[in-house]
Amino acid sequence: MDLLFTMLIPLTIAAIALYAAGRRVDVYSALVQGAGSGLETLTRIIPALIGLMTAVYMLRASGALELLAAALAPLLDRLGLPSELLPLMLVRPISGSAALGVGAELISTYGPDSQLGRTAAVMLGSTETTFYTIAVYFGAVGITKTRYAVPAALCADLTGFLAAAWAVRVCFE
Amino acid sequence: MTMTVIWTGMVVLSILCGLATGQGPAVASAAVEGAAAAVELALSIAGMLCLWTGVMEVMRRSGLADKLSRLLAPVLRRLFPQAAKDQDTMDSISANVSANLLGLGSAATPLGLEAARRLARRSPGTASDSLCMLVVCNTASIQLIPTTVASVRAAEGCTAPFDILPAVWLASALSVGVGIGACKIFARIWRD
Repeated sequence: MDLLFTMLIPLTIAAIALYAAGRRVDVYSALVQGAGSGLETLTRIIPALIGLMTAVYMLRASGALELLAAALAPLLDRLGLPSELLPLMLVRPISGSAALGVGAELISTYGPDSQLGRTAAVMLGSTETTFYTIAVYFGAVGITKTRYAVPAALCADLTGFLAAAWAVRVCFE
Repeated sequence: MTMTVIWTGMVVLSILCGLATGQGPAVASAAVEGAAAAVELALSIAGMLCLWTGVMEVMRRSGLADKLSRLLAPVLRRLFPQAAKDQDTMDSISANVSANLLGLGSAATPLGLEAARRLARRSPGTASDSLCMLVVCNTASIQLIPTTVASVRAAEGCTAPFDILPAVWLASALSVGVGIGACKIFARIWRD
């Protein structure tokens, strides 16, 4: 099973390349062009990453996050959520770059293969930047009465966090 | 403007809290470290991230996204009953969802906005049930291969950065399922 998941990625890449080549797609030039657009995306997020990671680093150094985490720890414990991951859960719905920065910080502090590091990774992988997405969609089509979109989306986010902690426990113990 | 309030608030709060807890010097050094860490993070994940956007471009050009979108159409008609008869709207919704599944974020948003524009025509200014469903589907992550987070894990020295895939699928499926369920329930009980 472990080998399967290790090989899943190279096998997926090979399968996509073979399928595309079979359909007469110029695989290599598509790959290189796509990688170039990835670099563009990255340069687009770096400025936001700089701004937000500065603020997040300051907030962490000030002890404010620890105070908040300590205050909410009993509640989080009852839900099965580690309080160390509270900063990630707080920024996740607001900013994708900030969440990436906080998540990377947690993964580096606790190690990518630790329970906390894995849970942080799964949380990042199974949730989205909810408020940003809602603002983009409703802003673009001129919706002012959003009705139940926000509560429904937050139900999904909370479930994503709870499920991430639970899924890591199930898959890695 | 929202981000201005949040960012300024974070900076001011950390200075106040740092001074109150005697962590002032730590806050000061953090202020310069954060920016450097941001660039380091971006560089450390750049290689793997760009490789994946390359693979995704191959996927897009080979027509895999279109194929997936046709496969999803019957399921999506049940999620969007009010729009099911409008073929063009359903086409953009299917394309949006399949682009999200494949992690083609930059393709998914314009497709989703096109679908949203069509759905919004029926009730200008107010979010219809279908539009709420579309937005909630886009605020939940359904990406099958979470490449960014895997890049971060690889950059931190993880030898099997994708071993979290089953956990991510499980958590994503539950999250999307609850989002869809919440929409269906709210649609019945919501009173404006």
